[in-house]
Amino acid sequence: MIANYGYKDGSGEYYISIDTDKCISCPAGRACLTACPKGMFEIITDDYDDEVAAVKQSFRRSLAFDCTGCKPAGGYSSLPCMTGCTPGAIKHSW
Amino acid sequence: MADTAGEKKEYWRWQENCWIDESKDWRSAKIITAGIDVGSVSSQAVICVDGELYGFNSMRTGNNSPDSAKNAIGGVLEKSGMKLEDVHYVVGTGYGRVNVPFAHKAITEIACHARGANYMGGNGIRTILDMGGQDCKAIHCDEKGKVTNFLMNDKCAAGTGRGMEVISDLMQIPIAELGARSFDVDEEPNAVSSVCVVFAKSEALGLLKAGYSKNKVVAAYCQAMAERVVSLLERIGVEKDFFITGGIAKNPGVVKRIEKLLGIQAVQTKYDSQIAGALGAALFGYTLMQKQGAPAKAA
Ligand code: SF4
Ligand code: SF4
Repeated sequence: MIANYGYKDGSGEYYISIDTDKCISCPAGRACLTACPKGMFEIITDDYDDEVAAVKQSFRRSLAFDCTGCKPAGGYSSLPCMTGCTPGAIKHSW
Repeated sequence: MADTAGEKKEYWRWQENCWIDESKDWRSAKIITAGIDVGSVSSQAVICVDGELYGFNSMRTGNNSPDSAKNAIGGVLEKSGMKLEDVHYVVGTGYGRVNVPFAHKAITEIACHARGANYMGGNGIRTILDMGGQDCKAIHCDEKGKVTNFLMNDKCAAGTGRGMEVISDLMQIPIAELGARSFDVDEEPNAVSSVCVVFAKSEALGLLKAGYSKNKVVAAYCQAMAERVVSLLERIGVEKDFFITGGIAKNPGVVKRIEKLLGIQAVQTKYDSQIAGALGAALFGYTLMQKQGAPAKAA
């Protein structure tokens, strides 16, 4: 399942997508939990009883603000969450 | 806003609805399950017998989730002569899902709407738009109604049922008439520039002052809502068959404009679009009961 967390507002679209099929037998040791300096990820049991990563509820409406530390105005070459998640489950829309 | 008797007329008040299928006898059912969807604006209870829709109650959410859940299921139990003890498994869903005191399990409304849409619209449904009271969801599912992709916007009430209620009250047009009235215009207006409930109010009043008829203001608002939800849908893409759940599915002023923007028709259903979440919850309960074997009783 592709789970999209985030929102669209007047300034743009801010979604973090997680391909949760890749989380079921995560070969990265749940690296998303520790890689993100803000601690934005958690492991949940989804509606189909799979243990998968999700963006915590408290961050879902403020992603643009919360990710600014990793996304400086001058640009960036990598993001800790995406680098840590070696299966490539995490994508950002912006 | 006041009528001749000086009482405030509630234009936004939508029709509450309680129904049971008189052709079915729940007493002969092996498995009876219930789904309770406690939303921010409305609450629904659905009862299924052996995996088939038996009855439902749809009403406005009250002051708290537990009472709303009890009232919702109370209506359908009373109408059917059933007791809560007769229900083997209850699943709660919606934003108040963890506060359904008699539920065995809570499941998100995303999964429940997909499952409900699969029942209501058939197993060809691949894209679901749920236009709820205060949020909007775009969902992809497979032929079994299992979610494969979803996106939810709950950041503000724009493009939701609550937003439509506000416009209904502001224009003093009963909410059930908004859709038809939005087509009774000399020419289709541009969408209002914002569907944000706060800004739309002042923009709507500005349009009235500028000479727009009420119908034209409603049309501009319906168009704005349609454009907003279509931009949400486009993020995950729209695959046929397409189905709309939630209260706004009953508003042709928004639905037809969404269909026009997408270039596809939404699948029609004989069921009340507002019960999709609760129906999906009851169907999840049925599947869980089948897996578990022995019937339990309501918690
Ligand atoms: S997001 Fe990546 S690192 Fe986290 S559990 Fe899923 S696959 Fe593993
Ligand atoms: S960009 Fe940084 S703050 Fe945002 S989710 Fe990734 S690791 Fe966390």
